[in-house]
Amino acid sequence: MSEQPAYTDSYTGSGPRWYRPRVSTFWWLRRRSYLIFVIRELSSVFVAWFVVFLLLMLLAVSRGDEAYQQFLALSATPGMLLLNVVALLFVVFHAVTWFRLAPQAMVVRIRGKRVPGTWVMALNYVAWALLSALVVWVLVG
Amino acid sequence: MSRRSIEPFVWLAFSVGGVVAALLIPVSLFLFGLAFPLGWVSPPDHARLLGVLGHPLTRVVLLVLCVLALFHWAHRFRYLLHDLLRLKHHDTVIRLFTYGGAVVGSVVVAFLVLLAL
Repeated sequence: MSEQPAYTDSYTGSGPRWYRPRVSTFWWLRRRSYLIFVIRELSSVFVAWFVVFLLLMLLAVSRGDEAYQQFLALSATPGMLLLNVVALLFVVFHAVTWFRLAPQAMVVRIRGKRVPGTWVMALNYVAWALLSALVVWVLVG
Repeated sequence: MSRRSIEPFVWLAFSVGGVVAALLIPVSLFLFGLAFPLGWVSPPDHARLLGVLGHPLTRVVLLVLCVLALFHWAHRFRYLLHDLLRLKHHDTVIRLFTYGGAVVGSVVVAFLVLLAL
C-alpha cells in the first residue's frame, strides 16, 4: 500500500515536481479587466511615441522654417494622422486611469484629516484642464 | 545589509513621469497630431514657435517631460513584456532595451533642447 509519489522534476530528474499551470499566450483576452490592464500598460508605448514625434518637431523647428513646413506636411499624411489618432486615444486613457489611481497612491492630509479621494482626483482634473489651456494659449492664443 | 538598489528611483521616475505625461501629452498631441494638420486650428508660424520653444522655462519643461516620459515608458513596458509575453527570464536584455533606450532618448532630447534650439 505504500505508494511512492513520483518526485521527479522534468529538468533535474529528481526532487519535487513544480506546479506550473500552462498559461495561454492570449490570457489577457479572457477577461475584460485583463484586457483593460494590457491596454493601460500599452499606453506607455504611445507616450514614448509622443516623445519621438516631439523630437521630430524640435529637430524641424531648429533647422528653420522650411524644415518646419515639411514637418507640418508630414504630420498631415494619412498614416501619420491615423497613428496620432490612435496615440491620442491611448494617452487620454492613460491620463484618465492615472488620475483614477491617484487618490490611492497619494494620501493627502490636512490638519490630520484625510482629504477624500474624490477631491484628490478632482484636483488632478483641474490641473489637467488648466495646463491644457495654458499650452493652447502659449502656442496659438 | 542588503545591496542598494536603484529600483526605488526607477519607480519614482515611473510615477512622476506618469503624472507629467497625463497632464501635458494629450493636449500637445491633440494640437500637433490632429488640430494643426487637419486645419482645425492654424499652426503657429516658425518664428513664434521658435520663440516659445527657445524660452528657458519651456526648455526645462520639455527636458523634464521627455526624460521622465521615456523612463515611464521604459519601466511600464519592461513589466508588460514580463507579463504579457512572459519574458521575465530575459530581464537583462529587456532592461538593456528599455532603460538603455530611455537613456539614449534622453541624451538626444538634451542635445536638441539645450544646444540645437
